[in-house]
Amino acid sequence: MKVYEFQAKDILRKYGVCVPRGKVISQGHDAPKIFQEIGSNRCVIKAQVLAGGRGKGGGIRFATTSAEAQAIAAGMLGAHLVTRQTSPKGIEVNYVLIEESVSIKNELYLAITIDRSLQTPVLIASIEGGMEIEEVAKKSPDKIIREPIDIFFGVHPFQIRRIASKLGISGISSTRFNNLVTNLFHAFINNDCSLLEINPLAVTVDDKLCALDAKMDIDDNALYRHQEFEQMSQYQDLSPVEVLAKKYKLSYISLDGNIGCLVNGAGLAMATMDIIKLHGGEPANFLDVGGDASLEQVTQAFKIILSDSKVKAILINIFGGIMKCDVIASGITQAIQDVGIHIPLVVRLEGTNVDIAKKILENSCLSIISAKDMKEAASLVVKASK
Amino acid sequence: MSILINKDTRVVCQGITGQAGSFHAERMLEYGTKLVAGVTPGKGGTTHHELPVFDSVLDAVQHTGANASVIYVPAAFAADAIMEAAEAGIELVVCITEGIPTLDMIRVKKYLSNKKTRLIGPNCPGIITPGACKIGIMPGYIHKPGNVGVVSRSGTLTYEAVWQLTQRGLGQSTGIGIGGDPIVGTDFVDVLRLFQEDKETMAIVLIGEIGGSAEEEAAEVIQQEITKPVIGFIAGSTAPPGKRMGHAGAIISGNKGTAISKIAALKNAGVTIADSPADIGETTVRVLKQTGASAG
Repeated sequence: MKVYEFQAKDILRKYGVCVPRGKVISQGHDAPKIFQEIGSNRCVIKAQVLAGGRGKGGGIRFATTSAEAQAIAAGMLGAHLVTRQTSPKGIEVNYVLIEESVSIKNELYLAITIDRSLQTPVLIASIEGGMEIEEVAKKSPDKIIREPIDIFFGVHPFQIRRIASKLGISGISSTRFNNLVTNLFHAFINNDCSLLEINPLAVTVDDKLCALDAKMDIDDNALYRHQEFEQMSQYQDLSPVEVLAKKYKLSYISLDGNIGCLVNGAGLAMATMDIIKLHGGEPANFLDVGGDASLEQVTQAFKIILSDSKVKAILINIFGGIMKCDVIASGITQAIQDVGIHIPLVVRLEGTNVDIAKKILENSCLSIISAKDMKEAASLVVKASK
Repeated sequence: MSILINKDTRVVCQGITGQAGSFHAERMLEYGTKLVAGVTPGKGGTTHHELPVFDSVLDAVQHTGANASVIYVPAAFAADAIMEAAEAGIELVVCITEGIPTLDMIRVKKYLSNKKTRLIGPNCPGIITPGACKIGIMPGYIHKPGNVGVVSRSGTLTYEAVWQLTQRGLGQSTGIGIGGDPIVGTDFVDVLRLFQEDKETMAIVLIGEIGGSAEEEAAEVIQQEITKPVIGFIAGSTAPPGKRMGHAGAIISGNKGTAISKIAALKNAGVTIADSPADIGETTVRVLKQTGASAG
């Protein structure tokens, strides 16, 4: 789960990381009050969306008067922000963050993430702050510093000194940098992050280290032990269908095509999308009902696909393992009884309890196109969708 | 021969009285797996499916001589269950549980680094040596004893591949699902080396997916060390970047982890790629004919 910049900064502040003074608002007319409270003669107003490239998209602007702050905030709120990381339609801005504008000497990059090859957290730093780290990695890989972190020890002081020296941090700033990295690692571990990125990390004119932006991804698998994030998840930019899917713990992603897919297992679900495309069709969604879905989950999953008006045909591809085929068959018949179906349905079932499942579908008297294998299923559903 | 498990493997099931554990323990027994005990803390001294249930893995090992374990306990307790099995001296731990936090798994891997225990998974279908031993959740009937080694990051897509092989008369030496999480106990490279050593394995089917760099690392090892023919498929060619496709590990970020990069690396290492997931079986048949290897 991604959290907004203002939420990430709130967390960082609790861990003693320096962030600019500021406040988030959802109404433009609250801007002057916040501008006064901050008491700086220059503020930055930042659109809160879960996508990068905000600066170039007009989502980060400066104000020198409270009237200007209100005009900018009001202009951003409710509008759609388009950046190179969003769809062409953009993302609606519901919150803006108003912060003091900090006078800076230079900008660094600092992040902690998981290195899958090394199987440890890794600290990444660069003197090229403010830029996308992928760009830096491409153009000047020598400017990227990587330090694997021992999950039990944390970041060793000697590692922090090594990084500081490469970043050109010395004097009073070294102590501050040491504290910053230590605090950042604690925030990363205690919040079960998969990414905690400060870009840019500003070295201010008075040699403070200040997080001008913050990006934080929380491991979805760990959300069960972070109830404090439940409050946050209501802010997420999900479509109503995705919210419904989430409620039933279904892995659902909406796509642009017209063939609805219901599959068990992420790998098979991806492969099903691939084979639909190979046969000249376009999947309308990715939907993995998971390894061990209940009757209710399957019924809901099928209803979610049926509720998508662009879907012209449905393919159900199930290879039962822990998932039992009869549960899928019962879920389908239940959903069709509840909401009806008016588009072709192609079903391919194999695996655990497949014989019981086939009987359930036969006895239901529904008009279902059965496929004997994946290839036939794909070719039948693509034909039915045209 | 086969890799990691055979008809003598003695298995303990952690979480045997839970819904999934109970159901699949029964399927494993039906298949002929030497399942010798169950573990559920607090239920020691009872029996389940006529097997003794113990409070701890150590008790189960001491009383039954179990040398492998399969874990079905909920995600919040699974990391502890893996370490408990390792501490009890279990050689092979197969963790089926899905949804273990990544940082927990990093701690587990570190804990295992000075133990002799091999972990398969988590979030995986398990491991099977057809006709001898099934540890996991895969449907038994789709398998057939033979000479193709199968290794995959996915669960159900592995079944798909195995079923295609079996329908074409190609049996499997051992099939392993290594799991779809960012941190797994056993990776492609480990399994490839085991298959290379195994006299019974004549060809290897490797099924990867988008995200991470496990397939690229596998390609390097294939090029340098694997002399047996390898057939590959990568799921997720059509997945949009930035969207996590179900598996915690399956996400394309930036230009890393794409199907294109993985397919290129594998082809470069001499792997024959099946373009469609429906052609994994056919491609294997073709490759075996070309190389003259017999795998029945």
